[in-house]
Amino acid sequence: MPNIHNASEMVGLFKRKVMGRKFRTVMESRLVSIVLYLLVIGLIVRILTTGAAAMGYNWQWYRIPQYILELTEDGFQLGELLRGLLVTVDLTIRSFVLSVVMGFVIAILRLSALPVGSRVAIGFLEFVRNLPILVLLYLMYYVMGPIFDFDRYTASILCLAVYHSVLISEIFRAGIQSVSFGQWEAARAVGMSTPQCYRYIVMPQSVKFILPPLTGEAIHLIKSSAIVSVIAVAELTTMGRNIISDTYMSFEIWFTVAAIYLVFTLILSIFVTRVEKRYKVMS
Amino acid sequence: MMDEISPIIEISGLDMYFGKFQALSDVNLSVETGEKVVICGPSGSGKSTLIRCINRLEEHTAGELFVDGVELSEDTRNIRDMRMEIGMVFQQFNLFPHLTVLDNLMVGPVRVRKLSKVDAERRARKYLQRVHIPEQADKYPSQLSGGQQQRVAIARSLCMEPKIMLFDEPTSALDPEMINEVLDVMVELAATGMTMVCVTHEMGFARKIADKMVFMEDGKIIETAPPEEFFNRPKSERCRMFLNKILEH
Repeated sequence: MPNIHNASEMVGLFKRKVMGRKFRTVMESRLVSIVLYLLVIGLIVRILTTGAAAMGYNWQWYRIPQYILELTEDGFQLGELLRGLLVTVDLTIRSFVLSVVMGFVIAILRLSALPVGSRVAIGFLEFVRNLPILVLLYLMYYVMGPIFDFDRYTASILCLAVYHSVLISEIFRAGIQSVSFGQWEAARAVGMSTPQCYRYIVMPQSVKFILPPLTGEAIHLIKSSAIVSVIAVAELTTMGRNIISDTYMSFEIWFTVAAIYLVFTLILSIFVTRVEKRYKVMS
Repeated sequence: MMDEISPIIEISGLDMYFGKFQALSDVNLSVETGEKVVICGPSGSGKSTLIRCINRLEEHTAGELFVDGVELSEDTRNIRDMRMEIGMVFQQFNLFPHLTVLDNLMVGPVRVRKLSKVDAERRARKYLQRVHIPEQADKYPSQLSGGQQQRVAIARSLCMEPKIMLFDEPTSALDPEMINEVLDVMVELAATGMTMVCVTHEMGFARKIADKMVFMEDGKIIETAPPEEFFNRPKSERCRMFLNKILEH
């Protein structure tokens, strides 16, 4: 609280306070936020276009739609980028399912009373977590692939599944541990075995803790899947790269690829928010 | 298998450690079939630990513990068979919040006893009647009062049709006006001839049902006596002091 010596100072302080409050309400209004966003985005676009113009970049946006939807004699066909997106989706679904299964097994092992189980789980966890995903991919493709005779697509699925299984196992562990210990005791006290405790008592209760972060992890997986472009699996990022090597339209294509990822993950994010809200209401 | 004359619970020389802390030391206790034993004592004296050892929620470190003629040891299969015969009521109820009252009562008989759903439901309704809340069958535990929840917990244990019921401070977490509805159910249960081991500070209840009073302190059994003798002529000074403190107000 500042010292106030006379009336004029007091009026000044009062004015500043009211003005300060007014300034904040104005700044927090929706219109001002939209204007500010537009300003920032406009600025970025302006920097990019002037930069590109200075390089003498020749924008060819009109050539982009054919890579999304192609018009052939059989009517509309998916363009290369959307075909890439389908591969990304397929890759994501397969590796997500596998990583959920693996993550669950790792979590159960980690929480098991057997010292062997928890040590194996922690060992695997630390090994995978401390490797760059790119190195893991090379290990799968160049080392495991030839040894166990699988192709680059399988190597990609395995790499993504292993990498994310570790993250998902932590989600499972946290979810399982948020069920109170009394629940285990009550289940054991009626004679349930450990699998029965999990199945009938613990898992049904931990679902609400697990599902929201798990869907978030699915989004993370979509983004990770771009890494497999380095071993030339024909997913979205690879498709983008291929088109650029034919056409040299790197700016337009990368913007388009980014936009496709963005739309896809944003839709899922909205879904995640819904799931989170639903489970908040339920608990 | 079971000798009719031998006690249903036989504990001898039981030691139990939590790390370095000795929670039970040289506990000897036997409970006959149909007998009601009330264990009391100051907090931290090992009462809960002792009854949790009986269904092996805690593992004793040394000594022997026989339930229904079978020794409780490392073998987990025999532990699970044993737990079916031992009902346990917890201080915090520990009902399954994701299941309705009826399903709370049925999950054990259906999954563990392998009863058909029809039989399990019939049994569940019978025991809900027994604890006087048949109308709450389709509610979830969170919709019930504490006293009702604890009665559901008692019914859940009874649905396994156990030979022994263990009570671990069943009324300690309840509001005062709900204590009696739970104690009444327990008194009625006692009248059916059930073998009961209760940890409780409800001395009026203890006087009413106990065949044997046990006083514990520092992990040891200090005094074992029939209630009449226990309340009127306690042998140990420590026990007298404890009774004075809790009977005073």
